[in-house]
Amino acid sequence: MINTSLKELSAQLASKKISSVELTQTFLDRIKGLNPKLNAFITIDENKSLAQAKAADALIASGEAGPLTGIPVAQKDIFCAEGWLSTCGSKMLHNFVSPYDAHVIEQFNRSGAVNLGKTNMDEFAMGSSNETSYYGKVKNPWDLDAVPGGSSGGSAAAVAARLCPAATGTDTGGSIRQPAALNGITGIKPTYGVVSRYGMIAFASSLDQGGPMAKSAEDCALLLNVMAGFDARDSTSLEREKEDYGRDLEQPLKGLRIGLPKEYFAAGLSADVAQAIEAALTEYRKLGAQTVDISLPNSKLAVPVYYVLAPAEASSNLARFDGVRYGYRAPEYTDLADMYGKSRAQGFGAEVKRRIMIGTYVLSAGYYDAYYLKAQKLRRLIAQDFTNAFAQCDMIMGPTSPTTAFNLGEKSDDPVSMYLSDIYTIAVNLAGLPGMSVPAGFGANGRPVGLQIIGNYFSEAKMLNVAHQYQLATDWHTRVPQGI
Amino acid sequence: MQWEIVIGLETHAQLNTQSKIFSGAATAYGAAPNSQACAVDIALPGVLPVFNRVAAEKAVKFGLAIGARINRKSVFERKNYFYPDLPKGYQTTQLELPIVAEGGTLQIQVGDREKTIRITRAHLEEDAGKSLHEDFHGMTGIDLNRAGTPLVEIVTEPDLRSSAEAVAYAKKLHSLVRWIGICDGNMQEGSFRCDANVSVRPVGTETLGTRCEIKNLNSFKFMEKAIEYEVRRQIEILEDGGRIVQETRLYDPDRDETRSMRSKEEANDYRYFPDPDLLPLVVDEAFLDQARASMPELPQAMRERFMRDQGLPAYDAGILTTSRELAGYFEDTVKALGGEAKMATNWIMGDLSAQLNKEGLEITNSPIAAGQLAGLLQRIVDGTISGKIAKEVFAAMWAGEGDADTIIAVKGLKQVSDSGAIEKIVDDIIAANPAQVAEYRSGKEKVFGFFVGLAMKASKGKANPAQLNDILKKKLAG
Repeated sequence: MINTSLKELSAQLASKKISSVELTQTFLDRIKGLNPKLNAFITIDENKSLAQAKAADALIASGEAGPLTGIPVAQKDIFCAEGWLSTCGSKMLHNFVSPYDAHVIEQFNRSGAVNLGKTNMDEFAMGSSNETSYYGKVKNPWDLDAVPGGSSGGSAAAVAARLCPAATGTDTGGSIRQPAALNGITGIKPTYGVVSRYGMIAFASSLDQGGPMAKSAEDCALLLNVMAGFDARDSTSLEREKEDYGRDLEQPLKGLRIGLPKEYFAAGLSADVAQAIEAALTEYRKLGAQTVDISLPNSKLAVPVYYVLAPAEASSNLARFDGVRYGYRAPEYTDLADMYGKSRAQGFGAEVKRRIMIGTYVLSAGYYDAYYLKAQKLRRLIAQDFTNAFAQCDMIMGPTSPTTAFNLGEKSDDPVSMYLSDIYTIAVNLAGLPGMSVPAGFGANGRPVGLQIIGNYFSEAKMLNVAHQYQLATDWHTRVPQGI
Repeated sequence: MQWEIVIGLETHAQLNTQSKIFSGAATAYGAAPNSQACAVDIALPGVLPVFNRVAAEKAVKFGLAIGARINRKSVFERKNYFYPDLPKGYQTTQLELPIVAEGGTLQIQVGDREKTIRITRAHLEEDAGKSLHEDFHGMTGIDLNRAGTPLVEIVTEPDLRSSAEAVAYAKKLHSLVRWIGICDGNMQEGSFRCDANVSVRPVGTETLGTRCEIKNLNSFKFMEKAIEYEVRRQIEILEDGGRIVQETRLYDPDRDETRSMRSKEEANDYRYFPDPDLLPLVVDEAFLDQARASMPELPQAMRERFMRDQGLPAYDAGILTTSRELAGYFEDTVKALGGEAKMATNWIMGDLSAQLNKEGLEITNSPIAAGQLAGLLQRIVDGTISGKIAKEVFAAMWAGEGDADTIIAVKGLKQVSDSGAIEKIVDDIIAANPAQVAEYRSGKEKVFGFFVGLAMKASKGKANPAQLNDILKKKLAG
């Protein structure tokens, strides 16, 4: 049951072969058994989950079930869910029980899905290793000494270890794709504006985008069908026709032009990852695709541009965490300024503080033009690179991350080297494009490798088709970590 | 040394929308603390702003009313600073691209002089909540009902040269925002608040002196006093050889002085940047057309029309166009009366205004409606009563004793225009006052008034004054 696809689970629920309560209980039991080792979840609430499962079973009995009715889904703790502790991985929100549902949560609730619990994450989604969470590090189920990636590391580890059939993530600079790659699962970050950000605790508003993380592209399509959709409460949500992201899954890939950016295969890419990606491309050629050499000349600017813009927005987005209305407040202080200072000093971790300081600096009088404005201009150049590239190809492919999962603690004292693990994913957010990661084998150390697929705006259905055809031809996505 | 005063005003006018600028919560004043603060206003984690287009409509109307250029694309920015009544830790406002751009002006009258004040810009922004320092025993209470109320901040060029000009401008602006229906103008409730940037410089110099900003002037009287105090303060410092420090000052009405709030050095670096949660605000042609179509005739145009078509003096036309309601009352009166604009003006600006002021009433609450006033004036025009008797009738109308004709009939106030009756009164007076008659006839025409007074008294004021004059003159001439 734990390795079964969402489509098959849905069929079994519909035919009453299993009940949602049984299914939910199975995963709750797995979490109880394995979470102490993996630390993938921050909050579990059996009663709440089982109550939802019961309601789902009733819905199924009444014949009104949809494709996700009764399916347990783990929610990244960045999504506010009514009545659930919603911490965003931070001490700052250690006591914040959300009084409302994020749009994504509403959509899942409406579909009859079961909230299986809230997954661990880097604090305020700032991190690439899940080591910045106030609730402790998440372990990579493929190797407990390895990081699961971040910031959606809890969701990725939970899916990989089969603690849940599927999960949600958010991706500001690679936070869905990089942990998906490092855990051997499939994840997609949609075009900016496809999934509402309402109720998704903001890191960098112009880059943040929610998306599904699951065992396969086919599962991701079902999840994205629920998550996507216009929401008037998010001014950047796009008003588009509702679409079925699974509609093209079975299309053959003959004639598909795959662009290979030379910058993504250059120095810095480890040999074992390069080899796995080459093998995946060979598979695609076998499926009828052709590869084209392309260039994204401004790629090298993506990381520096991102580390100006994302912290700038974050420094302002995180100003509301001031100890006044909710969340953490220092127990002792002398006056207002001291309360602000102490609450924020004690409530935020080191990485969050680092980014608030960078962001405050780049927006300061005298530095704004040199940093923030310059970065905005470069952001447009980076986006233009992709527009030019898509004149020559249908999809862009390359590695998701330059290495397989690194060891816990390996980069935690070296922020720049940590930031570089997102070198291939960040430009996609800056351009607002959709990107996904698909399991594509293993590195020399037996840790998973992810193949990144970058599509043009709103090409999610095509991307899922491209990924699905690969998954029909390979079995990397069905591999599960052993011996945890 | 002779000093020139230079003042620029920044006015925050709350836009009278039903809901807030970025949330659906109500904006009504005076509700229980925090009962009108929704998740967005409280800035819960994860919430997002959605712009209320009605606020744009109102701001555009203002821009059109002052003849300014409207930016087809304006941008919301975040002004970052920490304060307990600022829930997000930033205020969403407009900086680089405000909705109302340059080119706007407002005409003011000071004495019999007219002056054009240039308006630099007007931008949309959200109001903050309120910090309540009383009743919390050493703590501060926060009321976020006001947080997110839409404001338009209106900024002038430093064109004002005295406290009188500043007040004239503020009053004119206050009347305009109410005229076009974008702000209720309630100064006690903070719907209309001014900050004044004040500096002085030696007469004849071009460069501006160092300015101080006086915050939160919430009455015209305080504005005048605060500016006057501040000007005196600055001149004293400069004449003593001192230097003005650029700072923000608060006016204390109880002590009639301004006090330093914070200096430029202590000022925040607000780290403005475009709000990534909001799209640029686009005003297209259709939106502009709609705003134009909803515009009433503007006070300036109406004032000119009153002068041109009704032959009113500039001063009268200016007063009548201080509010739409007053102008409407005037127009209704003249319409019902079929002309006599000057007479109607004198009554409206005279007796009626005096009585309204005395009882603290607005023109819309006047117990005497425009049609009723016209009914009274009609009786003066047709000679039924004299102007003097009309005042008595007016008082009775005010007291609710009915309309003019009823009161004239019931009280028997109809003017005596029967020449026989007037002649009899005059004859009696001449007979009873031979000494004065002799005086008059010897050339002391001043005594004429004495005879008029006696005759009026004898007729209980009802004698037709013109007729009485004629008969008196004829009979005294012998």
